[in-house]
Amino acid sequence: MANFTFRVNNRGVSVDVDPATPLLYVLADELSLNGPKFGCGLGQCGACTVIVKGQAIRSCITPVKTVAGGEITTLEGLGTPDKPHPIQQAFIDEQAAQCGFCLSGVILTAKALVDRTPKPTDDQIQQALSNVLCRCFAHQRMIAAVKRYASGSVRLQADREVAR
Amino acid sequence: MNTISRREVLKRTGALVVSFALTPSDIFGQAVASLVGNPSKEVDGWLSIAADGTVTAFTGKCELGHGLYTAQTQLVAEELGVPMDRIKLIQCVTGTTPDQGVTSGAQSHPQNFNHANLALAAATARETLVQMASTHWGVPADRLTPGNGVVRHQERTISYGELIGGKKFSIALNPNAKRKSPREWTILGNPIKRLDLPEIVAGRFEYAHNVRVPGMVHGRVVRPPTVGATVASSVSDIESSVNAMPGFIKVVVKKDFVGVVCEKQWQAVQAANQLKVQWKPGPTLPAQASFYDHMRTLPSRDTYLVDSKDVDATLAKAAQVVRSTYLHPYHMHGSIGASCAVADVKADSATLWSPTQGVYPQRDSCAMLLGMKPQQVKVIYARGSGCYGINGADTVSYDAALLSQAVGRPVRVQLSRKDEMANENFGLAFVVDQRVGLDAAGNIMAWDYESWSPTRGGRPGYAQPGNQITGYLAGFQPVPFAPRTPAPPPTGPLANGSNVVPSYVTGTVDGAAGGTGTVKCERMLSRIVESPFWTGPLRSPSRLQNTFAHESMMDELAAAAKADPVEYRLRHLRDPRLRGVVQAAAKAANWQTRPSPNRELGTGTANPVVASGRGIACVLYEGDNGYCAMAAEVDVRLDTGVVDVKRLVMALDSGPISNPDGLRNQAEGGALHGMSRALFEEVTWDNEKVTSVDWRTYRTFPVGFKIPKLETVLINTLEAEACGAGETSITVTAAAIGNAIFDATGLRLRQVPFSPERIKQAGIDARR
Repeated sequence: MANFTFRVNNRGVSVDVDPATPLLYVLADELSLNGPKFGCGLGQCGACTVIVKGQAIRSCITPVKTVAGGEITTLEGLGTPDKPHPIQQAFIDEQAAQCGFCLSGVILTAKALVDRTPKPTDDQIQQALSNVLCRCFAHQRMIAAVKRYASGSVRLQADREVAR
Repeated sequence: MNTISRREVLKRTGALVVSFALTPSDIFGQAVASLVGNPSKEVDGWLSIAADGTVTAFTGKCELGHGLYTAQTQLVAEELGVPMDRIKLIQCVTGTTPDQGVTSGAQSHPQNFNHANLALAAATARETLVQMASTHWGVPADRLTPGNGVVRHQERTISYGELIGGKKFSIALNPNAKRKSPREWTILGNPIKRLDLPEIVAGRFEYAHNVRVPGMVHGRVVRPPTVGATVASSVSDIESSVNAMPGFIKVVVKKDFVGVVCEKQWQAVQAANQLKVQWKPGPTLPAQASFYDHMRTLPSRDTYLVDSKDVDATLAKAAQVVRSTYLHPYHMHGSIGASCAVADVKADSATLWSPTQGVYPQRDSCAMLLGMKPQQVKVIYARGSGCYGINGADTVSYDAALLSQAVGRPVRVQLSRKDEMANENFGLAFVVDQRVGLDAAGNIMAWDYESWSPTRGGRPGYAQPGNQITGYLAGFQPVPFAPRTPAPPPTGPLANGSNVVPSYVTGTVDGAAGGTGTVKCERMLSRIVESPFWTGPLRSPSRLQNTFAHESMMDELAAAAKADPVEYRLRHLRDPRLRGVVQAAAKAANWQTRPSPNRELGTGTANPVVASGRGIACVLYEGDNGYCAMAAEVDVRLDTGVVDVKRLVMALDSGPISNPDGLRNQAEGGALHGMSRALFEEVTWDNEKVTSVDWRTYRTFPVGFKIPKLETVLINTLEAEACGAGETSITVTAAAIGNAIFDATGLRLRQVPFSPERIKQAGIDARR
């Protein structure tokens, strides 16, 4: 066991864990975050994605010791249900999910892309998401949501139509 | 399910309480029983209204990611006459919500949106409230208008809260309660956005994987490394391999079930990896390369679904007989999240947080596993990742329960990707032989069908925990397999609803024809054999595999008759709504009327690198539960065999549409899921174990894949009953794509998946 200090979603945290512990288990079990999910534990699907140093990484295969002192962003770190981040709003606008379990992979990978490449081409979006799985196959809506976000056309507070 | 569709049995056995007309050994009996459950007949079982007017509604059909939570909230709001934001919907908690069996079989709309259950409870409650207001004011009920949480009479109103607030209705569901006409809908029928999505996109939503209970520790299971292997070492030997590891709590062995519990999740992962068990190998598996032929040699349980007794004689007179064999592999659910559950088992009570599709069946079957009474077990539905049928949700709940019972603490079990993929209940493989006779004009005279499909286990239902791996390892047996040859003659009026019956026959049994087609000379024989692997319902169980065979065959027949595939289908279909979706899809796709394959392609270009084509397929799901037709457009690279699906145009008719955007989402996801299954997915094995155990070895396509343009035409048939939709588009995709490949290349693909190797091989075979 060893002590590690880092920042998660703009909050300083300190944990005492085995240095080899995958970051996912630290985020989920020690810090009670719901965003990153266990999908495969092999880095193949993306459900556990978090952003570290501007890169979307797979927390299920990232030992916690490698992010010591770093800054980690999970899905929770973008926005809240009441005040979603524009990319989260884009996914609501497009209703771009079914079960939603894969969204850490889709949203955070796309956000990291757009942060790096503000006006990505369709090929760049496809390339970025070429290792991210969604088994409900909401692909068409997800790509539309990413494009909507990247084009800056998300209207926050908008589209809260009808429901209530 | 192979032989008789799920919905068929519901009808056959007279709706709400299913008692079986089938023999007890029928493979999927349990599953069919648990589609309906035994729901409350009282309004109070379905909803209550508090003094402040807030409504709590209870449902036994749960959100699985298909939008049902939102749609059911719309339903209650519409029928009861209250705004959506005043409704809290409680789904699937034993002892609290109605027992509606399992959420599956595309049954949530048929069960809860028609004249029964949740819809009828809300309508009965609304009429009761109007009656109460009538008594209160001394005004005849027909002068009162309910809506927006109040009953109105001219300028005055009284709220539902004032009328009943906090008190029970104490009234039975009234079959005569008047339902709102879909033409009057203001909430249903609208594209209401998913109520759960803001929490999901913000990472706040609590899935089963996020359930945290005070004192909770972590378990992992150690499954047999090969199929059928059994534990040969002592518990103390197994324990000694890991008991010095940090955080170690206990090794749990129950017959061949092995698990380990540690304080932390990472410790449990490491302990499970290090744990040493001597396994006695199971029997050698049949070779995958010859498995389809192997199935034909096994003892089988045979059932005629329909037999007009004149098939052989008619085929002998046919101008032309087309014969084909279609092959479909085992597929897996392949949920994005490996399954997870939490259990807290005490000496005399147990609580499970389970992603199960059926909390009551889970409660009863898990009680058997724990040696407890069902009343001692409480199951709380916690959403998992999309399941598409019976994935690892139930079995991991058993795992958690067994481990928690052994350590006396709450235990969370997360399956590994391999635990899930190597041991889940796969969707069935199929071999389908068909012989169809045509007359001189190319019309169908006789359709002969015979199939082999392997089964083992299935849904546990209320009393069969051995239908999945955990229950079996712990000592329970799966539903027994009972060979039966020859098949008895078909009986009952509804066998045309079977999964094995194509849309183009009349499905006549005992004089009653309920099929959708025109062909009266028909024989359908299903042979179920024993599977070496676990099997169970996977999105469009058996209907998908059979529709691939039926609709590809229909295309072969159209080609043999030199007819346009759409025109040829319409020629043999008599159901107006099935004809309707075929015509709508063709129209939206700008269908070119001509026979397949596209002969013009060859002229001038001896060997084009890319060939383009279009194909069509259709289905009436389960014989009566949702219409869908799809037109596919593909490009095929003739040198590499790679298929690029350019466009999928669907038309759906599922009765009155609750939420058009939710329906579109299901149609789109189903189409791409179907495309993944048609082009990539296949369970593989060697002589002792499943070898497709992760996303490298079980292939699908990622979000960044170049997907086809998806277009959905919704036909809103307001006067019809609400039926299922989520399993329709996936059912027709393989045939629509396969038929498009044929149109493009002249190559008929009779085996899924349509891999580049298989397409190239088909080209080589065709040139021989």
